Amino acid sequence: MEKMSKKRKKIFSRRAFLKGLGGGAAGTALASKFLGRGLASPSQEKETAPVYSQKTVTFTANGRTVSLEVEPRETLLEVLRQKLKLTGTKKTCDRGECGGCTVLLDGQPVNSCLYPAFRVEGKTVTTIEGLAKGEELHPVQQAFIDKDGYQCGFCTPGFIMSSVALLSKNQTPTLPEIKTALSGNLCRCGNYSKIYEAVKTASERMRKS
Amino acid sequence: MKKHEIIDDLNAAYLEEARGKKAQGKDVPAAASEDFKLIGRATPRIDGRLIVTGKARFTHDLSLKNMLHAKILRAPYASAEIVSIDLSQAQNLPGVRAVIKLKEGRVRYEGEQVAAVAAISEKIAEEALQLIKVDYKILPHVVRPEKGMEEGAPQVHDSANVEKFNEYGRGNVDKGFAEADTVIERTYKTAVEIHHTAETHASIAKWDEDRLTVWDSTQAVFSVRDGLARALGIPASKVRVIKTYMGGGFGSKLGVNEHTVTAARLAKETGRPVKIVLSRRENSLCVGNRPSTFITIKGGAKKDGTLVSLTMKNYTCGGVGRGDRSSEPLIDIYKCPNVKVEEYTVYTNTGASRPTRAPGHVQGTFALEGFLDELANEMGLDPLELRRKNYSSANQGETGIPYSSKGLSRCYDLGAAKIGWDRRNKKPGEGRGNKRRGLGMASQIWWGAGAPGTLADIKIHRDGSVEVICGTQDIGCGTRTYIATVAAETLGLDPEDVTVKIGDTVYPWAPSSGGSQTTPSVAPAVRDAALKAAERLKLLAAAILNVPASRIVLADKKLFDKDNPGVSVSFQDAAKELRREAVFHGERNDLPAGFAYNSFGAHFAEVEVDTETGQIGVIKVVAVHEVGRVINRLTAESQVVGGITQGVSAALFEERLIDDSTGQMVNPNLQNYKVATPMDIPEILPIFVDLVDPRINNLGTKGLGEPPRIPISAAVANAVYNAIGVHLREIPMTPDKVLKALQGKEVSS
Repeated sequence: MEKMSKKRKKIFSRRAFLKGLGGGAAGTALASKFLGRGLASPSQEKETAPVYSQKTVTFTANGRTVSLEVEPRETLLEVLRQKLKLTGTKKTCDRGECGGCTVLLDGQPVNSCLYPAFRVEGKTVTTIEGLAKGEELHPVQQAFIDKDGYQCGFCTPGFIMSSVALLSKNQTPTLPEIKTALSGNLCRCGNYSKIYEAVKTASERMRKS
Repeated sequence: MKKHEIIDDLNAAYLEEARGKKAQGKDVPAAASEDFKLIGRATPRIDGRLIVTGKARFTHDLSLKNMLHAKILRAPYASAEIVSIDLSQAQNLPGVRAVIKLKEGRVRYEGEQVAAVAAISEKIAEEALQLIKVDYKILPHVVRPEKGMEEGAPQVHDSANVEKFNEYGRGNVDKGFAEADTVIERTYKTAVEIHHTAETHASIAKWDEDRLTVWDSTQAVFSVRDGLARALGIPASKVRVIKTYMGGGFGSKLGVNEHTVTAARLAKETGRPVKIVLSRRENSLCVGNRPSTFITIKGGAKKDGTLVSLTMKNYTCGGVGRGDRSSEPLIDIYKCPNVKVEEYTVYTNTGASRPTRAPGHVQGTFALEGFLDELANEMGLDPLELRRKNYSSANQGETGIPYSSKGLSRCYDLGAAKIGWDRRNKKPGEGRGNKRRGLGMASQIWWGAGAPGTLADIKIHRDGSVEVICGTQDIGCGTRTYIATVAAETLGLDPEDVTVKIGDTVYPWAPSSGGSQTTPSVAPAVRDAALKAAERLKLLAAAILNVPASRIVLADKKLFDKDNPGVSVSFQDAAKELRREAVFHGERNDLPAGFAYNSFGAHFAEVEVDTETGQIGVIKVVAVHEVGRVINRLTAESQVVGGITQGVSAALFEERLIDDSTGQMVNPNLQNYKVATPMDIPEILPIFVDLVDPRINNLGTKGLGEPPRIPISAAVANAVYNAIGVHLREIPMTPDKVLKALQGKEVSS
């Protein structure tokens, strides 16, 4: 789920979550949903009422504090794309195989398609839309343009986020270090070697500035 | 960047030669004689900012007001009879707006459409699918081509499972073999590959009365429009197809998809826009694949390496669809007077094939180029010399019409020099130790001349702003950027000054973006329109400046007297003189008859094989391509890098796996269907032979989409052969196959 191990501010347990939602019978029903099995059909339509029990989460998305209701089955990716309309983050495999949905969570790269939305409480999320400062692109973004570090562009947000995460920890990555840091991202157009050039160029420029 | 310097170094000598010819008054094409400022250089994409900020909108990212979401129920069996379908429970699920049947009777592969749901959310649509009750009578299936060929195998279609679809012959192969000093026969196999585009297939359909608008993740807006019109029984004039950004196609997004028709039907039924996004699993099962091949080549040569006879038999499997015609390279590229080809499709109960980047040529080249290396070894010849020996200047092995231009020998020169061809094992497998290095190469031929009749408009506004309008698609190759570059070059502007409008059937016609035809179709049409616009502007400037129009030049956002550059008018001021905004229609010319138009290339690969683990590491690939004039060096390099990466991936990892007993695919995802990752990528050195074709089009350019994908798997296999002395003859070359081959070699020696 998370690409890098990290210290968690709050230890989360499923029991605590269910308790937070009201526990009891609802908890049982939710648990089964939670495990990916179908519930009985919802009694009301989403257009008029919530389908499942919801929980309010508050977090920072690209510098903005957001507070919204999420369902236990919703992923961070779905919340970003559907509720916050941050469609720069892509759904590619939807099961953590390709890195296409990579975002930064408290600075660490995670596959947002595997990250339960309710766990984002209190955290800081950075997506591809949050990298540039106004008109000024992040050096990684600029380097991807200059070195043609993309083809169709669909996997690009994920690669850029993984690259930004790498360069925030290691300003002078070697080629093997770049490859390792990006090894969770797939580019089906096959532009990897152009992407390495972009990351290398960005690291050089970031050191100079 | 160092890499560019090296490339320019290598090409300098060649360009020098061309200049020398020109100085001597020899035949150098008009297009080659022009000095361009932008064309041929490395131009970053004009839409790069949109892509890197996440603002480029793909079909996945689009949302319409009041939109419903569709999901499709697909057959879980490879072969079955639908006895009954009960939609009632699904229809009663709150949030569901429509449920439709899509199939009655026989289903022939896992993943075939059975029914579909439109609901207010994707999740409700998914739940509704679970409530559709389908009774199947399971029938015997066949999923492996070798079993499909057997007598008494379950029949896939109403006709026989094996169907001959191609036959070719010239000369007399028996006579040829009788004249040969050496004759060998070998069989090569390639696996079924899945395109696995990053963006899964997706469409949005919306009706306004009797007019349908579809946003589609497609390589081909016009063919989707026509396909929808046919499927829905409505005139093409009532259908509009729009493509915004598209996350990879590789052939799997050519033509209309069944699910797009389904979305249109659901939209009609509900009166609301309907969006459908396929899952990764669906993309594995039912939107196409590269057919497997089983190719036997028998060839004979004289002592000096002269080929005298070649036969090829191909059994190719594209599931319920066609196999790939894979004989073109063998028929065409080398001089050989006697050739015979037979190709058969074997039908199985698996998803239908679809064009996959260089369909047929990839598999045919793997077989042919592997065969040539084995023949060279058998005869004690340098594999590269064998290819040079049989070099042809006309197609169909010198028996056809001459190539309009062919820079393959130059590709050989540059590639061999850059990889250090002399470093190869003179005898395959002569190295020692656990890590064996080897070098291999392979040649490439493809078409990619472009589609005559492609249209593009240039609109010049009276404020001096410029639009290029063309119904083509940018599928990741940088089409928008070279359109802007060609227009800007011709009009004396910067690429950023040009607004590019593409990807919509309301724009002028352009062909599907497949088969390496986009650049040689679209760039010449844009050039034609821009030349016409320039002519008009020259007349306007001539009147302003009081000099003959023939002396006016467009450059640096100005029009000026070439004999007196100080006499000038800005582009903007010249445009003001237009009576109204002006549209200039450009068209790609017809191809002059009497010539064959092909692109060429050669890949040189270095590998290291671990003889203990069986793992192959590709160390370096030098890829030399002759595609006429290169319009944008930066994006052209990306094409080459991408083709090589995909080819390395196919050579080492990719294979669709189907359980013989259940008929179901066991790796319909990106975890178990292995594709190359950042860890598997060799050092790649793209080199272009800047040979401008004298007659193919007004820019002398050929397509580059397929070429870099074609020879790479063969070059890698030949390098492995050179390293370990045994040819695997089968891709993917997984470690188990390498170890088995090494074992076999020990036993036989």
